[in-house]
Amino acid sequence: MSAADSVQSLKENFADSLLGQAEFRGEHTVTVKKEALHDVLAHCREALGYDYLVDITTIDNTGRDPRFDIAYELYSYTKLNHLRIKSSTPEDEAAFPTVTDIWPTANWHEREAWDMMGITFTGHPDLRRILMWEGYPYHPLRKEFPLAGKPSDMPDVAFTGVAPLQGGPFVTCGGEGDTASREPRSAS
Amino acid sequence: MSEDSQISQLHAAYDSKIEGNIIFTRVDAAINWMRKNSLWPMPMGLACCAIELMATGASRFDISRFGSEVMRFSPRQSDVMIVAGTVTYKMALAVKRIYDQMAEPKWVIAMGACASSGGMYRSYAVLQGIDRLLPVDVYISGCPPRPEALLEGLMRLQRKIETEPALLEQKKELLASLAS
Repeated sequence: MSAADSVQSLKENFADSLLGQAEFRGEHTVTVKKEALHDVLAHCREALGYDYLVDITTIDNTGRDPRFDIAYELYSYTKLNHLRIKSSTPEDEAAFPTVTDIWPTANWHEREAWDMMGITFTGHPDLRRILMWEGYPYHPLRKEFPLAGKPSDMPDVAFTGVAPLQGGPFVTCGGEGDTASREPRSAS
Repeated sequence: MSEDSQISQLHAAYDSKIEGNIIFTRVDAAINWMRKNSLWPMPMGLACCAIELMATGASRFDISRFGSEVMRFSPRQSDVMIVAGTVTYKMALAVKRIYDQMAEPKWVIAMGACASSGGMYRSYAVLQGIDRLLPVDVYISGCPPRPEALLEGLMRLQRKIETEPALLEQKKELLASLAS
């Protein structure tokens, strides 16, 4: 059973919930409604044999409604093919149903999505931050968060300052002069 | 009479055939000599610099030529913290805590661009130089620095230790309390 067959099966079983499908260089992507997301993913695991959740990624489309996209990268070790399931949610309800009951490995993926993008997963057994520390006030991968960071201070826990960017994160002017003039940020 | 001429007079008065193996020196000089030739590092390996740190410890570069081969993973037993790698904010307070647990006298080497200045990581997650948190004695440039550079940094630190007033300056309060 190829990925195209899997897409066909999803079309037959979830005709009302599919928003679109795409194929690009052999990669199959299916976009579904958020309400049906959990059922579709459960079907992928149980009926279609996608036993490996490779990754969960989230996308911040600031200015577009719905703002947040989510993509589940699936792989089947029995059928040896990939499938991508996408869905989206508006900003004021930035939440998706957890898939930890389908693939236990989703636990940490969802914690990362919560930490970096501020998307909650309803039903997650332990939704804590995973990269930043508990109590950090921001979600750094959201578009409104500046690259240089924002100052934050929690005595005895951790703190952050603003990184000196000087016009960009990787500013160097090759050629002449000493290091201070070639790399403006090094002077600060 | 100057200190040097005092010492040379003592040396002139010393007869090795009669008095055996005696060396005259200043307490500071003797203590510093012992300290600088037996610097036990706390290997604070946080990123790829730690790989070069390991190479420095291995046979080809052989940090034990300089008396620093005893990597101690207990801060209580180490003298110099080699911060080798990117210090994230989440890790920064752990680094500080380990530094605080080290016994005096203690020194810090910032190894590589990241530990010195944040390096290429100008971002919300990375401390822009460990000197924002700890007093750094020696900075080593490089990304990562070669083992030779680390050894050079270590020798610089040894030279710095030579010049430190080991006893009289550092134990001022103790000496004052004994005198009163």
